[in-house]
Amino acid sequence: MNQPAKKPESRTTGAFVFAGVIIALFFLGLMGLLYYGVKQSDRAGRDALPSPLIGKPAPAFDLPLLHEPGKRFTLAELRGQPFVMNVWGSWCPECRVEHPVISKFALTKRVRFIGYNLKDTREDALRWLEQFGNPYLMVVADEPGRTAIDWGIYGAPETFLVDAKGIVRWKHVGAITDQIIAEQLIPALEKAEAEK
Amino acid sequence: MVVLLLLSLGSFAQVSDPTPLQFRDAAEETRFHALTAELRCVMCQNQSLADSNAQIAHDLRREVLDLMNQGKSDAEIKQFLVERYGEFVLYKPEVAGNTWLLWFGPALLLLAGAAIVFRIVRRRSGPAAGAVAHDDNQEW
Repeated sequence: MNQPAKKPESRTTGAFVFAGVIIALFFLGLMGLLYYGVKQSDRAGRDALPSPLIGKPAPAFDLPLLHEPGKRFTLAELRGQPFVMNVWGSWCPECRVEHPVISKFALTKRVRFIGYNLKDTREDALRWLEQFGNPYLMVVADEPGRTAIDWGIYGAPETFLVDAKGIVRWKHVGAITDQIIAEQLIPALEKAEAEK
Repeated sequence: MVVLLLLSLGSFAQVSDPTPLQFRDAAEETRFHALTAELRCVMCQNQSLADSNAQIAHDLRREVLDLMNQGKSDAEIKQFLVERYGEFVLYKPEVAGNTWLLWFGPALLLLAGAAIVFRIVRRRSGPAAGAVAHDDNQEW
């Protein structure tokens, strides 16, 4: 190939081979991406957004208690021990799915379990708790959903773990399962407690 | 199956807004629409905040208008949402270490393609024109 002027056609062939290799690599790359996408597609919560709040102080809130609407409850009152905050609404079918799971976990009293009733009427929320059981230590009610924006909440169910210093340690979007509790929530809680 | 599908969609309830947003003037409305078209709905991830009918999109549109009324700039409003929902909400993310490929990838691909085409064309026309570059005997 070191005689450029004599063999022009071999150079052309070379260029085509080069282009062919590039195109083949490109398609291999695309197939790799497709394979990755298919592999990822059955992962639960693949659309869940990573929360920018992880590792940051939990946004302050000052909300009425569902069971005592005259009384307000603030984030500051939860300082000193970790707590789990579970966002739910009576309008949310996925919340019903996770309810037995979180109820079972809350009853172990491993950690304080706070309910965050989102965009609900008090009546519906109370009826829902009466019907399915109330696993929460207390429930704060955010009917307008304004505080939820500060927390980056975009639906229900969502579950947060906040440590003793008020730092958000973990968040899950979508229904909680036993597996998620065992593999994510409890390890995150143990880590938060160890670093206290 | 259909019921299951409906159930899973239900938690992202689609609602009609009971109290439509009120704009003070046309300029505010134009700015609002331009801004919300650049923001992504966090729930229904392939819609803009302007287009989405999810409950959270209603709430966020209201929040955006409130922030506008408080005299916040577009950049401050975007920052507000990024702090809460992450970079994801921006259809035009910042040019940063982890987004430069997103921004410049297509241009790089185009340049690479142009370079390949240029080489092929030069190889083909080179000998005929008699002006074969003496430096191109390394690769083929």
